[in-house]
Amino acid sequence: MDEQRRIVMAAGLLSLALGARALAQPRPRTIRVSAKRFTFTPSEIALKKGEPVVLELTTEDIFMGFNLPDFGVRSDIVPGKPMKVAFTPDKAGTFIFLCDVFCGEGHETMNGKLVVT
Amino acid sequence: MTIDRRKFLQLAALGGGAVFASSLPGCASLGGSSGGDDFYFVQLSDSHWGFEGPKVNPDARGTLPKAVAAVNALAEPPDFIVFTGDLTHTTDNPVERRKRLGEFRDIVSGLRAKTVHFMPGEHDASLDRGKAWMEFFGPTHYTFDHNGVHFVTLDNVSDPAARLGEEQIAWLAADLEGQPKDARIVVLAHRPLFDLAPQWDWATRDGAQAMELLMRHPNVTVFYGHIHQENHHMTGHIAHHSAKSLMFPLPAPMSQPRREPLPWDASQPYRGLGFRDIEAEDRGGKLTITELPVGKA
Repeated sequence: MDEQRRIVMAAGLLSLALGARALAQPRPRTIRVSAKRFTFTPSEIALKKGEPVVLELTTEDIFMGFNLPDFGVRSDIVPGKPMKVAFTPDKAGTFIFLCDVFCGEGHETMNGKLVVT
Repeated sequence: MTIDRRKFLQLAALGGGAVFASSLPGCASLGGSSGGDDFYFVQLSDSHWGFEGPKVNPDARGTLPKAVAAVNALAEPPDFIVFTGDLTHTTDNPVERRKRLGEFRDIVSGLRAKTVHFMPGEHDASLDRGKAWMEFFGPTHYTFDHNGVHFVTLDNVSDPAARLGEEQIAWLAADLEGQPKDARIVVLAHRPLFDLAPQWDWATRDGAQAMELLMRHPNVTVFYGHIHQENHHMTGHIAHHSAKSLMFPLPAPMSQPRREPLPWDASQPYRGLGFRDIEAEDRGGKLTITELPVGKA
């Protein structure tokens, strides 16, 4: 009986500890990125290495794509439907993100920079 | 015929220094089933008819006609010509798009070749999923055979997201299934089928699926356009060769922060522009690529 009680108490303490740890973790920062032919706003995003973030992607006009190849992050951007992508940059440097859905004459210059320090 | 052409190319190289031949080791072999005689074809690409930008090309309306004249001046007419996309420069206006496609077709109708095989680029086809392009040039993906070589043209541009799509990949699988294992296969496409520089949109989103199918065949070579420069890459035993543009050159992949056209150099007009001659030899199936200038360089 004592043994059973000890196990139950230990399990309870473990649950509390895990819950407290989860609460202590910062919520990922949300960065809103808006697309319209042929720009992203902002066109430069600064992040800290190891900092979890959520990109909230919207388009002001037509169907677009957001692609950050160096981190394997991509999403369609559908009009009227904010799209969220979560990732944690695991390397420092300057990386290109781009629209990867052909959207017209300025498509080739529709890109931006992710600066991770 | 072949000797005359070779002499011509040698003389051209000696005369201007602007012609060079590259028989790339390991990059241009189509060994396998022998099926016919030597032949040669010409690859033209990325004429972007309708583009305007004097700092990039002050002879925007004259360059394609010059290329047609240069092809027609070859010592022997090619067996056929392939045009690997971006025939026209993109426009939002469907009427203007058709006007450009029509003007392009009129100009290249002057090419002295029995057959010209066309493919779309994203500038031609991505804004209307190839609708206007097909009105002028027909299907966007198809196959043809010439002297024992099986040619497969792929469309990785009508989907604005740069995908071949499940339907076309299934079509490719069925086509390859019907070929002998050692068939000599040439694939023609606009975008690279491999991730050359996804950061610059130089990729095909589902190109790896096509490559997986092609890798099962030992004798495959890919010719493509899109990147406006000569580039040679190997995926295992498969060589990929990109062609120069007939409007403006682009910088080497990821060589500068932005993918912007290289400026016109008045001291070397038409530098970086051109087309290529590809000679397929029956014996050993070797492909020899010769880069040719569009104008005086």
